[in-house]
Amino acid sequence: MATPKLAPFTGDEITAYAMKQIEPDVVAAYPITPQTEIVMNFSQYVADGKVSTEMIPVESEHSAMSACVGAACAGARTMTATSANGLALMWEILYIAASTRLPIVMPVVNRALSAPINIHCDHSDSMGTRDSGWLQIYCENAQEVYESIILAVKIAERADIQLPVMVCQDGFITSHAVEGVEVFEDKAVKDFIGEYKPRFSLLNVEKPVTVGPLDLQDYYFEHKRQQSEGITNALKVIPEVFKEFEKAFGKKHDFVDGYRLDDAEVAICVLSSTAGTARGVVDNLRDKGQKVGLLKPRFFRPFPREAIAKKLSHLKAVAVLDRSEAFSGEGGPLFSEVKAALYDEKSHPSVINYIFGLGGRDIFEKDIEKVYTDLLEVAGTGKIKEKIHFLGVRD
Amino acid sequence: MTKKGWKDIPIGGLIEKGGTAKEYKTGDWRTFIPVKDEAKCIDCMICWVYCPDSCIKVKDGKMTGFDLDYCKGCGICASVCPVKCISMEKEKK
Repeated sequence: MATPKLAPFTGDEITAYAMKQIEPDVVAAYPITPQTEIVMNFSQYVADGKVSTEMIPVESEHSAMSACVGAACAGARTMTATSANGLALMWEILYIAASTRLPIVMPVVNRALSAPINIHCDHSDSMGTRDSGWLQIYCENAQEVYESIILAVKIAERADIQLPVMVCQDGFITSHAVEGVEVFEDKAVKDFIGEYKPRFSLLNVEKPVTVGPLDLQDYYFEHKRQQSEGITNALKVIPEVFKEFEKAFGKKHDFVDGYRLDDAEVAICVLSSTAGTARGVVDNLRDKGQKVGLLKPRFFRPFPREAIAKKLSHLKAVAVLDRSEAFSGEGGPLFSEVKAALYDEKSHPSVINYIFGLGGRDIFEKDIEKVYTDLLEVAGTGKIKEKIHFLGVRD
Repeated sequence: MTKKGWKDIPIGGLIEKGGTAKEYKTGDWRTFIPVKDEAKCIDCMICWVYCPDSCIKVKDGKMTGFDLDYCKGCGICASVCPVKCISMEKEKK
């Protein structure tokens, strides 16, 4: 097999490049660190006439998402991008986009939420939106970001899903580091996503519709029931999109990405770029004969419960690493859901939680090694001394 | 009217026709009702300009009354009327 041709891109640059290849009808966006370069690069493509996209520079993220909702209702293939407080400012409209079943695709460059003010990576922004009805894909590196954005368009627009998708990458770590990315031909991307056929269009005067009506005790619940079905359907049919993607580009995708798990006794479960660091640690510890593995969920919404349970239930101990704190007093969001995912299994591992990397605090191999050491102790003794840990914080 | 189940309605709250706001009579939100003194009205149409719900009825250049299906009783017409021919009275329901 020929060596793939790699070109240098940062996570932000490859996001803008993917958007160029997708060439949405409308992009409405507001720049915010560390997503800025996405908007900057994409605006350049528009200014240079490389795309025919209608670019709407708005005055806030609330307006960005509102313009996206309007454009999507007009029948446009629509994209935007944001980070942190920008995502927080979109809040109200995120729910409206999902509930109106608009297949908007939004790259999210994960960044800590204020206060105190911080511009660096953690997942508190997108994790806070986990109940908004958007699908969420978390990416380890620039290659995954690129492929996931193309995948997301196809998933969002499927007639049996019709839901918006966030494609998350780690702020600065992925968004600003240059990596080699294998890009596909423009035509191959266009062929894969196909022509957008909207469910309805406000511009179609032949078929007038009412969008976003008042919906009280009589029908609101039915619409929410449909939305729930949309998420359940997403779990069922996304694997079909994985197959189509593999057929088109020869690249495999799945809900979860397991590494050296089959004969493992303990494992770390973590999202995004930290999975890359953990993979290296797994290899080092394996060389020393320790039976350790790694699970990187690719999707958090829909939550791939079965895939996670299948990969983790045979283990003795699992550590879930959360790059956000849910402030429930019971650990981070990934921990809560992974633990719940294992509850229905006949046997399940001990599960502990590590909250790490808040506000861009670096996580090193030695930190991850420490987690594996703790896990092997839990596996050996069968006892959990402490359920929730804070990894890399000063006492 | 039998209400439809979740499998039988379009997703996302879509209604497959336009102009549906007309079918929702917001007039029943009203507490106060505008009452016009015909003798004082000069048909200046200032109430027509200001009414936020387009509820001032006009025919042949004359102000002929209020569309009570949609009038929410806000009282703006009474407030802007230069000859004070509109008064807001508590509606008996």
